Amino acid sequence: MDTFIQQIINGLVLGSMYALVALGYTMVYGIIGLINFAHGEVLMVGALTSWTIIGWMQEAMPGTPGWLILLISLIIACVVSATLNFVIEKVAYRPLRDSPRLAPLITAIGMSLLLQTLAMIIWKPNYKPYPTLLPRTPFEIGGAVITPTQVLILGMTVVSLAVLMWLVNYTKLGRAMRATAENPRVAALMGVKPDLVISATFVIGAVLAAIAGVMWAANYGTVQHTMGFLPGLKAFTAAVFGGIGNLGGAVLGGILLGLIESLGAGYIGTVTGGVLGSHYSDIFAFIVLIFVLTLRPSGLLGERVADRA
Amino acid sequence: MKQQQKIVVFLLAAVGLLILPLILQSFGNAWVRIADMALLYVLLALGLNIVVGYAGLLDLGYVAFFAIGAYMYGLLASPHLTETFAWIGAMFPDGLHAPIWVVIPAAAGLAGFFGLLLGAPTLRLRGDYLAIVTLGFGEIIRVFLNNLDHPVNITNGPKGMSQIDSLSFFGLNLGRTLDIGGYELNSVSLYYYLFLALVLFSVLISHRLQLSRVGRAWMAIREDEIAAKAMGINTRNLKLLAFGMGATFGGVSGTMFASFQGFISPESFSLMESVMIVAMVVLGGIGHLPGVILGAVLLSALPEVLRYVAGPLQAMTGGRLDSSILRQLLIALAMISVMLVRPRGLWPSPEHGKSLQQKGEGA
Repeated sequence: MDTFIQQIINGLVLGSMYALVALGYTMVYGIIGLINFAHGEVLMVGALTSWTIIGWMQEAMPGTPGWLILLISLIIACVVSATLNFVIEKVAYRPLRDSPRLAPLITAIGMSLLLQTLAMIIWKPNYKPYPTLLPRTPFEIGGAVITPTQVLILGMTVVSLAVLMWLVNYTKLGRAMRATAENPRVAALMGVKPDLVISATFVIGAVLAAIAGVMWAANYGTVQHTMGFLPGLKAFTAAVFGGIGNLGGAVLGGILLGLIESLGAGYIGTVTGGVLGSHYSDIFAFIVLIFVLTLRPSGLLGERVADRA
Repeated sequence: MKQQQKIVVFLLAAVGLLILPLILQSFGNAWVRIADMALLYVLLALGLNIVVGYAGLLDLGYVAFFAIGAYMYGLLASPHLTETFAWIGAMFPDGLHAPIWVVIPAAAGLAGFFGLLLGAPTLRLRGDYLAIVTLGFGEIIRVFLNNLDHPVNITNGPKGMSQIDSLSFFGLNLGRTLDIGGYELNSVSLYYYLFLALVLFSVLISHRLQLSRVGRAWMAIREDEIAAKAMGINTRNLKLLAFGMGATFGGVSGTMFASFQGFISPESFSLMESVMIVAMVVLGGIGHLPGVILGAVLLSALPEVLRYVAGPLQAMTGGRLDSSILRQLLIALAMISVMLVRPRGLWPSPEHGKSLQQKGEGA
C-alpha cells in the first residue's frame, strides 16, 4: 500500500509537469494546427537559464535564501523562454502560415535541432547538477513521502492552470484566442489581430514550459541540453491523449500519463514476475495512447477529429 | 532533338554514377562510405515516400522497420545467437550464417507484417494523430531492442550486435576486396554498386507505382479521403498496402545497413533518425522521385562532407565549435532556411494537388 500511495504521488508530480508542457502544445495546435516540435527545447532553455542565474546569484549574493533565488531564476527563465518562443514563431512559423502543412513541421524539427545545438555550444554538453534550494526534509503521507520541491510543483501547476483558465475564459485576450482558433479570418473581421493573438499564445506556452523546465530540474537535480526531448515527446502524447486543442484535455492527459507511467514502472516487475523491468516505463505512454486513439480517435476530451492531413 | 538531349544526359549520369566510387576510392574509402550511406538513405526515403508522399500518411516511426530488418540480419548472420544459446550453437557448429536469399525475404516479410500491424489500428486516424501513434510505435520498438537482453538475451541490449557477416552472393563476398584483372575494387565500392542497383530498382518500382491504378488511388486518398471513398476506392486496403510496402522497403534497407556496418545497436534507430528521413522526403519535394532522392543525398552526404570543412573552423574557434556540433548546426539551419525559401521542397513535383499547395481552410 505504501508503494501504491508513493507511486500515485510521484505520478501526480510527473503528470502535472507533463500537463504544463502539454498545454503549450495544445494551445499552439489549437490555434494554428502546428505540432511545435521545438516546445521541449523551450523547456530545456528555461531550465538551463535558471541554472545559470542560480549559479551567478549564489556567487554574488551568498546569503540569499534558497526560495528567493529559485523564484528570481524562475522569473528570468520565463522571460527568456517567452522571448525565445516569440522570436521562433516570428522567424520560423509565421512566414509559412499558408504553406503546405509539412513545411512548418520541418522548420519546427529544424528549430528543435538548432536550439539543442546552440544550447550545447553555450552550456557545454555535460550533465550539470542543479542545486537543491528548498529544504530537503520530506513530508510523510500514509507511509509515503513527498518532498517540498514536489509540493511546490503541484502548487505551481494548480496556480498556473487557474491563471490560464481565467485568461482563456474571462479576458479579452482569451476570447480573441478562442475566436482565432475557431476561424482566424472571421476573427480578423471582428477586429481581432490574429498575428498578435498567435504571438501571445506562443509566449504563454513558453512561460508554462519554462515553469515546467525549472521544476523538472529542481525535482531531478540535473540539467543538460537534451533534457527537453523526452518531456516534450511525452507532453505531446499527453496533449493528443486528452484531445489536442482542448485545454482541459491536455491537463487530464498529462496527469493520466504521469500516473500510468509511475504506476507502470512501480508494478511491471511484480506483475510480470521480473521478466520486464521498470526501464520499460517509457513505452506505457505509447501503448496506452495507441489503445485510446484506436477506441476514440479524437482523444479523451476531443470533439473534432483532426482531418487536416 | 529534345529526345536526343535527354538520352545524352541520361547516359552521362549513368556513366557518372558508375565511375563515381572509382574516383572517390582514390581519395580514400571514407568518401566511398559517404556515398554508400547516401544511397542507403535514398533507399529509405524512397520507401517512406510511398507512405508519406503518395498516400499522405505522416509516418514518424519509419525507422522501426529499418531496425526490424537490421536486427533480423544481425540475429541470423552473427555469432550472437550461437554464443548466447548453447542449443543453437549445437545446431549450427559453424555458426549461423544465413544466406541473403533467406534473410532478405524474411526481413521484408517481417517488416511488411509489422507495417500492416501498425497500419491496422490506425486506419481511422489521420494527420497528426497518425503521426504521434507511429512515433510511439517507433519508440516501443526501440525500447524493446534496448531491453531485450534480459532475462533472455535476444538483442544484446544497448551493447548491440557486432561481427555481422558481410553480404555474399553467387560466391562474391562484398566484405573482401575484389580483384578484376589487376584492378582492385574495395569492399565499400562493391557495396556501392549493390546499393545503386537497389536504388535503381526502387526508383523503377516507385515510378511504376505512381503511374498505376494503386498509385493514383493513393494520391486520391491523399488529396481528399472522403471523395476517394465515395468514388469506390477501398481506402482501408490501400492504406494498409501503403504501410506494408513502405515497411518492406525499410526492412530490406535494414538488412543492407546491418551487413554494411557489421555492427548494429539501438542507437542507430532513434526517433531523430525517423525525423531525418521525413525531413529528407519533405525537403526534397514530397511525392516527387527526383526531389526525394535529392533531399536524401543532401541531408545524408552534406553533413559528412561538412565534417572535413569543419576541421579548420574548429581550430579557428579554439575548439569550442566541435565539428559534430557544427554539422548539426548547419543541418538545422539548412532545414529551416530551405523550408522558408521553398516551402514545397527543393525540387517539387510540377503538378501537385491542392492539399500540398495550401492548408485546409479554417479549423
